[in-house]
Amino acid sequence: MSEKRAQCLTGKGVTKVFGLGDKKTVAVDHVDFDFREGEIISIVGESGSGKTTLSKMLLGLISVSEGEVMFQGKPRDISTNQKKKEYWKGIQAIFQDPFSSYNTFNKIDSVLLDCINMRGGKSLPYDQKFEMMREACSFVNLEFKELTNKYPFELSGGQMQRLMIARIFLLKPKILLADEPTSMIDACSRATILDMLLKLRDEINMTIIFITHDIGLAYYISDSVYIMEHGKFVEHGKAEDVILHPKATYTQRLINDVPKIYEEWDLSTV
Amino acid sequence: MGKVMLEVKNLKTKYVTRQREDVFAVDGVSLKIEEGKSLGVAGESGCGKSTLALSLIGYYFPPLHYISGDIIIDGKNISGMKPDEVRKKVLGTEVAYIPQAAMNALNPTQKIIRFIEDVIHVHDPKATKKDIYDKAKERFAVLGLPEEVLQKHAVELSGGMKQRTVIAISTILSPKVLIADEPSSALDVTSQKMVIKMMRELMEKGFIRSMIFITHELPLLYNVTDDIMVMYAGQIVERGTAREMVFDPLHPYTKGLMGSIIVPEEGVRENKLVAIPGTPPNLKHPPKGCRFADRCKYASPTCTAMEVPNLEVPSKESDANREYRCLMSVRKIREVYENE
Amino acid sequence: MKNTLRQVFHSPKFVIGFVIFAALLLTTIIYPIIVTADPLEMVGNGNFFKPGTYVSVKDSVEGTRYTLNVDVKAGSLDSKISAEDKESMKEWLTKFGGVAEADINLEDTEGLIALWEANYSEDADQPGLTASRKKYFVRLNKNIDGVLLDSDVIIAQKDPETGELVESATIGSKEFVNTKDVANKKTFILGTDNFGRDVLTELVDATKTSLRVGLIAGIIATLIGLFLGLISGYMGGVVDDLIMFITNMFTVIPSFVLLILISYSVGQNARGVNLVGIIIGLTSWTWTTRSVRSQVISLRNRDHVNLSKLSGHSMMRIVLTDILPYLASYVVMAFILQISSGILSEAQLSMLGLGPSTSNAATLGLMMNWATAYAAPLNGSWWAYFPVVVTIALIAFSLNLMNTGLDQVFNPQLRD
Repeated sequence: MSEKRAQCLTGKGVTKVFGLGDKKTVAVDHVDFDFREGEIISIVGESGSGKTTLSKMLLGLISVSEGEVMFQGKPRDISTNQKKKEYWKGIQAIFQDPFSSYNTFNKIDSVLLDCINMRGGKSLPYDQKFEMMREACSFVNLEFKELTNKYPFELSGGQMQRLMIARIFLLKPKILLADEPTSMIDACSRATILDMLLKLRDEINMTIIFITHDIGLAYYISDSVYIMEHGKFVEHGKAEDVILHPKATYTQRLINDVPKIYEEWDLSTV
Repeated sequence: MGKVMLEVKNLKTKYVTRQREDVFAVDGVSLKIEEGKSLGVAGESGCGKSTLALSLIGYYFPPLHYISGDIIIDGKNISGMKPDEVRKKVLGTEVAYIPQAAMNALNPTQKIIRFIEDVIHVHDPKATKKDIYDKAKERFAVLGLPEEVLQKHAVELSGGMKQRTVIAISTILSPKVLIADEPSSALDVTSQKMVIKMMRELMEKGFIRSMIFITHELPLLYNVTDDIMVMYAGQIVERGTAREMVFDPLHPYTKGLMGSIIVPEEGVRENKLVAIPGTPPNLKHPPKGCRFADRCKYASPTCTAMEVPNLEVPSKESDANREYRCLMSVRKIREVYENE
Repeated sequence: MKNTLRQVFHSPKFVIGFVIFAALLLTTIIYPIIVTADPLEMVGNGNFFKPGTYVSVKDSVEGTRYTLNVDVKAGSLDSKISAEDKESMKEWLTKFGGVAEADINLEDTEGLIALWEANYSEDADQPGLTASRKKYFVRLNKNIDGVLLDSDVIIAQKDPETGELVESATIGSKEFVNTKDVANKKTFILGTDNFGRDVLTELVDATKTSLRVGLIAGIIATLIGLFLGLISGYMGGVVDDLIMFITNMFTVIPSFVLLILISYSVGQNARGVNLVGIIIGLTSWTWTTRSVRSQVISLRNRDHVNLSKLSGHSMMRIVLTDILPYLASYVVMAFILQISSGILSEAQLSMLGLGPSTSNAATLGLMMNWATAYAAPLNGSWWAYFPVVVTIALIAFSLNLMNTGLDQVFNPQLRD
């Protein structure tokens, strides 16, 4: 099915090298990818596999050492601040730790108002802005009236992460990059977050790049999966194919080492 | 029924915050573990499971305070002991404790064998270095750890190896109860599996005679422990065998937790994840009735009106009863869940 | 914000430090309103007058006299010779005067003085005595001299015509005046210094000046440090390398040596109070830069900064709204420490004679300098330097206490 969808974010030979000379480390090593519009793509890797570095490159927060990233079929140009601003209207992110994702000195209202301003709604009357904020909050099952004039740290981790999604709802980017958005919150709130991500995809046709170390989570949420090891993609394809019938030994090991419920978990293989 | 290794009777402990407010983190916990059995403790963060671990080893330092209750290890009551006495008489031989960050506790300037000498010397000051080395070597060999590790410094070991080494060190005196609090959560999946395998071996070879395993990862508990206990807001809400708890939960909260399990296995994508709305109650002022009532979709006014006791019902899979803390009868619960 | 302030004022350490500091500060503000005299006015003719009340001799002689039947001899003996002096006299007499220990009775002051007058000689060979101890005995001898005389004092006036002295009154040893009758009195709570200036008034003024030096130095050092630290930490790369190169250069050269060199080259006349403050500020910003930089580097990688970038905010805005507020508490603490070290640096410089030029204002360091230059510690004039030492210690102590208190509030890891 991915053949029919339009190209959203593609990359060829994308590489990131840190340091110079002897201290040189290759964090991301010539990866190719083809993310299609409206898909949920998971990038699965263990810590140190380079998945966070890749995500920062995709976001344009750090430069690409080598290779090319194409956004909607055209080469991505983020050479000036103005062009970066334009690019960031199309791609946004949710990070792992909701507690460090907020400036604790700003109220929740200002977080949301910022998004409206970014979408060019600066001159709108306050009533209209209020309505937009209320709508965004209700999208993530939060009541804006209860949040206004509060500070982010007065919320629970799950609520903070939902507010991050409300922010995305207001910004309506083409692509959402979610970097381990559920790893710091409780299992009970995790389902809510995942539901909302699915809703974003279904209602706004957003492309979601889901970065995780949890292969079960990747299987649950995504259409296609990229498995990353030591800065390289070792396997990619449809979620069912990759997870249920892995071909790469690394993927097989990864799946093997995760505790199972329905099947026997084979402890003898380590 | 086997010999009871650990028995806890109505244990209550609290934290005192800087504002001098009491937080009742463990509020009336009773449990029994028989010899050769392991018990998993699951729950959301803040439910009191880590506090329970600290309380069980009797290591009370501010802000943690003991209120009441008994902790009986193999017939010996350790509640009310002073921390120093606990360190000398209980830790190591009776109870061993492994927290999540245990691997970071190794002093980087010392070789691994020094820690083992320290542990043994607390209980046997006369032991010679050679005896200790031989004992350590033998134990490491049985547990599949290379002998060279003994002569290495902590920085030379990988995270998973460090954690396994710490577990081997703290169980060198073959304690009666091992309390492990998220021992593998900071590790990657392969190291986690090795840690789990090693803990299984410790049980099978009799180096530890019972185990409490605390984690928020339910699939892990399902594979590691015989029984699972779910904690909510400082109390036990349900306990049963691992299989019963995962596939036939009684308490609505347990049902919710099990609904959030994600594993990379066929069919999981088709199961819709269940979210539990709301947040746990504030343990500074715990509610009088059922603590889960305001998040429970089956709650009735009686739930909040009276204290809900733990009910014991016979288990289909084990000789021991399973318990749950809900006003609905088992038949009612099954009926309600059936109709969803 | 309100909550933080409340927490800060709940920290006992901060509150104690704050109270001491506020008391010092209020004194420097209120005292000059009450005592309007020029702090550098040379009141006394001569140096190091003891603390106490000075009454006019002429007024006392001319005032109403009362005869009281009290034992004045014992009183004057006691006031002139302390128990410690008696011990010293005994020690000298037995060691160098050749008097047997048994002959000396410390209870009998008059007998002791008689023995002293008979045996003491300034020029006697006194092996093993330090110079200051020798001087002490000379002073003691002068004090004792004539203490036993009991004759009346005769007051004579010059006859304007003949130029002869005519006795106008005699003053017996038992005649008193009421201090209330004496019109001219002057109290020096802390005595006078080597220039005959009232030490207390001078001290208050000096404290004020020193605080100003500290404040100027602190503001300059903190501003430079904060600015360079923010730029270097946030921008990274070449800018960071360059700024850190300069900072390291300043760190490697001991700032005190730099301070001495700059102060010396500026010249005595040009060194006003403000200039000294500026010089100190310009040499002490390095560690603020280094620590601000490291904090900024860790903040720069926080997700909220990344999100702010993704929201298209300018670098200026990110630094001001997403980084600076997180540093605020730290900067306040660094500022407090910079004030304290600025005051200490000024004291050190002035001790070396490189402080502000002496004629305009007193600073704590200058007071110390004068006291040492005129050998106040040697001749026992403790009031000329001890209150200054206490004041410097109190300022440094209170500021450091405030800093520790703030640290405990802002740094949850240090909480108990």
